[in-house]
Amino acid sequence: MDARARRTLAILALLAVACSLPFMLTNFRLFQFTQVYVYAIAILGLNMLTGYNGQFSLGHGAFYAIGAYVSAIMMDKWNVHYAWTIPVAGVLCLIVGFLFGLPALRLEGLYLALATFSLALAVPQILKYFEHWTGGSQGLVLSKPTAPFGLPLNPDQWLYFLTLGVLIVLFWLGANLLRGRVGRAIVAIRDNHIAAEAMGVNTSLYKSLVFGVSAAYTGVAGALSASVVAYVAPDSFDAFLSVTLLIGSVIGGLASISGAVLGAMFIQFIPNWAQDISKAAPWAIFGVFLIVFMYVMPFGIAGAIRLLWIRMQRSRVALSPKPRETAAT
Amino acid sequence: MDIFVQQVVSGLATGSIYASVALALVMIYQATDVVNFGQGSMAMFATYICWAMLNAGMPYWGAFVATLVIAFVGGVAVERIVLRPVENAPILSIVIVTLGLFVIFTSIAGWIWTYVQKPFPSPFPSKPLKVGNIFFGAHDVGQIGVTLIVLVCIYLFFRFTPLGLAMRAAAHNPVSSRLCGIRVGWMLALGWGLASVFGAVAGMLVAPVLTLDPNMMGGVQLYAFAAATLGGFTSPGGVVLGGFIVGIVENLVGTYVSFIGTELKLTVALAMIIVVLLVKPTGLFGTTIVKRV
Amino acid sequence: MVFTRKLLSLFLAVGLAGVTLAPVVSAQTVVGVTATEIKIGNTNPYSGPASAYGTIGKVIGAYFKKVNDEGGVGGRKINYISYDDGYAPPKTVEMVRKLVESDQVAVLFQTLGTPPNSAIHKYMNQQKVPHLFVATGATKWNDPKNFPWTMGFQPNYQTEGRVYASDVLKKHPDAKVGILYQNDDYGKDYLKGFEDGLGDAAKKMIVMKQSYEVTDPTIDSQIVNLKNSGATVFFNVTIPKFAVQAIKKAHDIGWKPVHYLNNVSSSLATVLKPAGLEASKDLITALYMKEVTDPQWRNDKAFTDWVAFMKKYYPDGALDDQSNAYGYNVAMLMTIVLKQCGNDFSRENLMKQAANLKNVELPLLLPGIKVNTSPTDHAPIEQEQLARFTGEKWDLYGEIFDAFRKQ
Repeated sequence: MDARARRTLAILALLAVACSLPFMLTNFRLFQFTQVYVYAIAILGLNMLTGYNGQFSLGHGAFYAIGAYVSAIMMDKWNVHYAWTIPVAGVLCLIVGFLFGLPALRLEGLYLALATFSLALAVPQILKYFEHWTGGSQGLVLSKPTAPFGLPLNPDQWLYFLTLGVLIVLFWLGANLLRGRVGRAIVAIRDNHIAAEAMGVNTSLYKSLVFGVSAAYTGVAGALSASVVAYVAPDSFDAFLSVTLLIGSVIGGLASISGAVLGAMFIQFIPNWAQDISKAAPWAIFGVFLIVFMYVMPFGIAGAIRLLWIRMQRSRVALSPKPRETAAT
Repeated sequence: MDIFVQQVVSGLATGSIYASVALALVMIYQATDVVNFGQGSMAMFATYICWAMLNAGMPYWGAFVATLVIAFVGGVAVERIVLRPVENAPILSIVIVTLGLFVIFTSIAGWIWTYVQKPFPSPFPSKPLKVGNIFFGAHDVGQIGVTLIVLVCIYLFFRFTPLGLAMRAAAHNPVSSRLCGIRVGWMLALGWGLASVFGAVAGMLVAPVLTLDPNMMGGVQLYAFAAATLGGFTSPGGVVLGGFIVGIVENLVGTYVSFIGTELKLTVALAMIIVVLLVKPTGLFGTTIVKRV
Repeated sequence: MVFTRKLLSLFLAVGLAGVTLAPVVSAQTVVGVTATEIKIGNTNPYSGPASAYGTIGKVIGAYFKKVNDEGGVGGRKINYISYDDGYAPPKTVEMVRKLVESDQVAVLFQTLGTPPNSAIHKYMNQQKVPHLFVATGATKWNDPKNFPWTMGFQPNYQTEGRVYASDVLKKHPDAKVGILYQNDDYGKDYLKGFEDGLGDAAKKMIVMKQSYEVTDPTIDSQIVNLKNSGATVFFNVTIPKFAVQAIKKAHDIGWKPVHYLNNVSSSLATVLKPAGLEASKDLITALYMKEVTDPQWRNDKAFTDWVAFMKKYYPDGALDDQSNAYGYNVAMLMTIVLKQCGNDFSRENLMKQAANLKNVELPLLLPGIKVNTSPTDHAPIEQEQLARFTGEKWDLYGEIFDAFRKQ
């Protein structure tokens, strides 16, 4: 079996496990896994921009918030069915992201990070200001969706499948994008901006588009979270959210699609573990986890797996008793 | 007119809070090319150490100086022990490590001294000064003064001392610096040590106004980033000016632009940053880095 | 071939892990209660920007330990489980679901914060779990018709705002009012109560409103603006950190309005002393508890009992932090409810008893203030009394304002 088929089998097996979980886990655990999938989508968005395209963003919490509130307002004020709010949130964030990407073209590295950070900081205040729409600091209480077509699933199971479905679609699209010509152009821009330009890549257009797509992904995640948590409030979208997404992205592995899921699992479960380990200073434990992870796996979990895989391959080749083909004597 | 001047004065005072924290950030950036997200936490921790000493009965200036020494040693130690293993890792991995420092210092401070806020004394008298119709808080004036002194010290150090030159070289071009005999590793550690000292000064100046608690620096650090971004991370003077500008504009907008009022003050400050960055992407006084292809 | 086999065994392992994660549903008929223990769940912000309130979660734990040391309730020990939610609503949802679905607690008690509680409000009522004595001053918890399982505790902020408004209308009907408030649900709730209390006069009397964010370093600029507006009455809705700044700055710039300070910042040790006792003279607030750093209670039995409790069970807790008295009070109330349950600790009975409190006295409440609940009244404490600061202590004056009777 060649590598491609093996990879497909692996993914299918993982999917089979994922689909069986709703019938094995409690509703509470399902809720946690649904959150993981939501974060994974958000982190994939961030990965595209920061990992693949080299544009540092410390403000993706803003797009998550916009997605969540677009969905919440549509459901609360106009009684729109939750399913429709998700693509709308995505498209809106695509536009906002693209528009933000245009001036961001002028900014590099640190300054871009801080400009995006500023955006993330301003969002809670803006949300509180437009009280009439957003419910101000009280937020908006929403209803949890129930399974459609009379399917025998409880709301938690349905949301799990919905989120998983969206994740699969978005990841598949993302993989196609990033592994093809567009992906190579995007990475080329990251690695050597000027050379890419010289080779005919329209760097400005690509950079802004990546910003837009990245924002769209994170916006969709936000919209999903509005239904999963069934509540939005400015307090949920503070600066720490953007930092958390960045942590998930780096820990999972920056230029990696599978890394997004790994990073999401980290940010969802490790703080809980830390609380179990130490009631007194759980965040200190979390901080130690962060530092140790970066020591051991500076390229993230996905990066470490990749390195391990390469090393395994190399040792296999070195050990295999293949006869050497000698040149013609 | 009076209120305008009063708000400007107030703005200068708040601005100097941002500036003093931002100076520590810039110090680390200049010395090591890394933005330390844990800067505020480390400064807060140093301030708590000072508080503990004051609580044990030490006189103010004794505790102050002792804290600076401890902060310096601590900064050097953190760099050598925590940062050294990731010195060659990608920049974002280093950022994550500094975020780890941020949560660790905050959490441990909360564990040792609890999260209940504590009043912290000011070395300046509490009676306000009055010039005409304008009130100047003595602490505010003192704060502005100390910030400017720190700024001058940084400038002189980097510009006119051989050690400062060695540090700048080590940050700018580590390979060539090693060839010149500069111990690059220790230059980085020294940078962190000095930045911790400035952070501690900022913390001890700011604590009387903000009241001491583990999350004290949280809000300020955000504004400090804004100030540093506005002024340019490569220019200490720019950063101080950036801080003053953020403080003043915030106050004036809150006072005079009634539809924005105070409910969008932060947004305005941040919008300001972004606008400036569009015109001058490296900040008002930042140097543009020219990359050779 | 080997690869595929390894992969399949890996996924089998994952599948098994998933099965083992499913909990064993216990055979008990009363949720959260066994012959030896009663499980009480709680979330508090032990980290993050609101972490100063985390001490409440801790003092409650200390109180329950005292109750257990003294024999427990109904022959059972209280198993108090408290998780950190960092004041982030999504985390609160997760931790509360864990408490209800995984830990299977009998009751959720004193969850802290308005946004966190808003996030779980519907859920608790859907799951029919008692959601008792929530630690927030918002008004919406007293809605037994729509949310029969939820109950507040302290006098809500809107009521307090109305108390001040009625005092202003009575004593200073021609005043110009300036307001400083925190730009969130807490600040806005006070503002609403105050404006509602002034009624039609609000538009004419309120000359300036200034807000601030918790992340702002100082509010000096807002005080300057308020003085400049010519306000003669100042309604100060700030948390302790900013209350100190406000009182000090107003004093420094020579502004001496009639100064109403919200109850949240009425502590002598945390606010008035750092701001300056001279500067704090003539401040007015509305109280429902005995302020623990106020010298007039120094020899009061309730106070000395509380100090003894703190020293024995919560030595790390600050003796000048009113939150520790608040937590002690509410934990005591919870214990009274438990005792009232007799031997039936089902969720239905817990809720029934909580809604059946008649003139219950808690020692740290001001004399004359009592706890009352009924199936149509889910607001345990609705009385407050105005007090003026003499420079040394809070001098209670006037009659006890009772929001329930005013309805």
